[in-house]
Amino acid sequence: MESSRRRFLQLAGISALGLGVGAKPVFNAFAKDHGEAAAPQFQKGANALKAKQWGMVIDTRKIHSLHDLEPIIEACKKNHNIPELKNKNHEVKWIWEEEYHHAFPGKANKFLNEKAEHAPFLVLCNHCEDPPCCRACPTRATFKRKSDGIVLMDFHRCIGCRFCMAACPYGARSFNFRDPRPFIKEENKEYPTRMKGVVEKCNFCAERLAVGKLPACVEVSNGIIAFGDLYDPESEVRQLLKTNYTIRRKQGLGTEPSVYYIV
Amino acid sequence: MNNKNKIITGLIIFIGIITFPFWYNMGKAAPGIEPELSAKARAAKKCVRSASYMKAEHMQLLDAWRESVVRKGERIYVNEEGKQFNMSLSNTCLDCHSNKAQFCDRCHDYASARPYCWDCHIDNPKEKE
Repeated sequence: MESSRRRFLQLAGISALGLGVGAKPVFNAFAKDHGEAAAPQFQKGANALKAKQWGMVIDTRKIHSLHDLEPIIEACKKNHNIPELKNKNHEVKWIWEEEYHHAFPGKANKFLNEKAEHAPFLVLCNHCEDPPCCRACPTRATFKRKSDGIVLMDFHRCIGCRFCMAACPYGARSFNFRDPRPFIKEENKEYPTRMKGVVEKCNFCAERLAVGKLPACVEVSNGIIAFGDLYDPESEVRQLLKTNYTIRRKQGLGTEPSVYYIV
Repeated sequence: MNNKNKIITGLIIFIGIITFPFWYNMGKAAPGIEPELSAKARAAKKCVRSASYMKAEHMQLLDAWRESVVRKGERIYVNEEGKQFNMSLSNTCLDCHSNKAQFCDRCHDYASARPYCWDCHIDNPKEKE
């Protein structure tokens, strides 16, 4: 009994070894079949702008009224096929104006200066360094891109659960409660629209950075918005941060927003 | 077999009824569908990959493109011959295949495939202008 079991195990071991050696050329042949000569590759565009963490500095001293912000918001809407919905509950916002009290609730003193009391503030997704929305997403449809720190949406994967909207402390995310197509004023053919049931938000114009252009809002902002790499000490944003006092939205939450405001 | 005759006639009738759809539709099969190439696609001669690969695997290719563009930010595709393409359904594929109805839809309808690409991607950049 004892010796026959040993015999059996020995035999089994040897035959398994033999099978493994014998099957190797077969596996190799399969592998060769798939790995074609000069396999196609994916690359970044030659003009693509690169950064460790894209960031923005918004100079609120240059914003006097809504009039200054309209072209910025309009450029974003046009670029990204953002629908214009009348119902406030269905509104889709990427970059919009907000009053100081709502943008900086922790910093709103009882008695404020005229400017903070009345002038509009420009708000958008902060592309946080530690984004709570990405942690909430069950499908990883929203993620922080390692290569440049942009918090992006993969609309293909979004199942519309809206956990990210609940997790975002800045209200920077909007849900498509209805098909947005009929509400898009002017379609930009270069950029897709969204469908009913997905969440969307500002993407720091990732599609423009990939071809070497600055974000649409920065381009039309007349110097209100500066854009650059927060981790490059020579960048325009870092120069501005060095020479001006700036604040960030809800900094106490520890999300490390990448959008700074000169006040 | 006592009821030989009855059983055999019954069997013949049964088989006749069961196979009815086959001989009723004999010779009436809908012909396979050929997608129509636009002038620009025909002039280009070759797609991003070989025609046989594109016929069989275009959905996998598009899926790989989607992953690369959306998640990795790599937007340039270099095929086996070293030719570069901007990976974009609306702006690259449909630039050549500008006749979506005759090229994409015709086959998809025939195969009863309903891709939801067009819910978001704008179908025809050229035609709508």
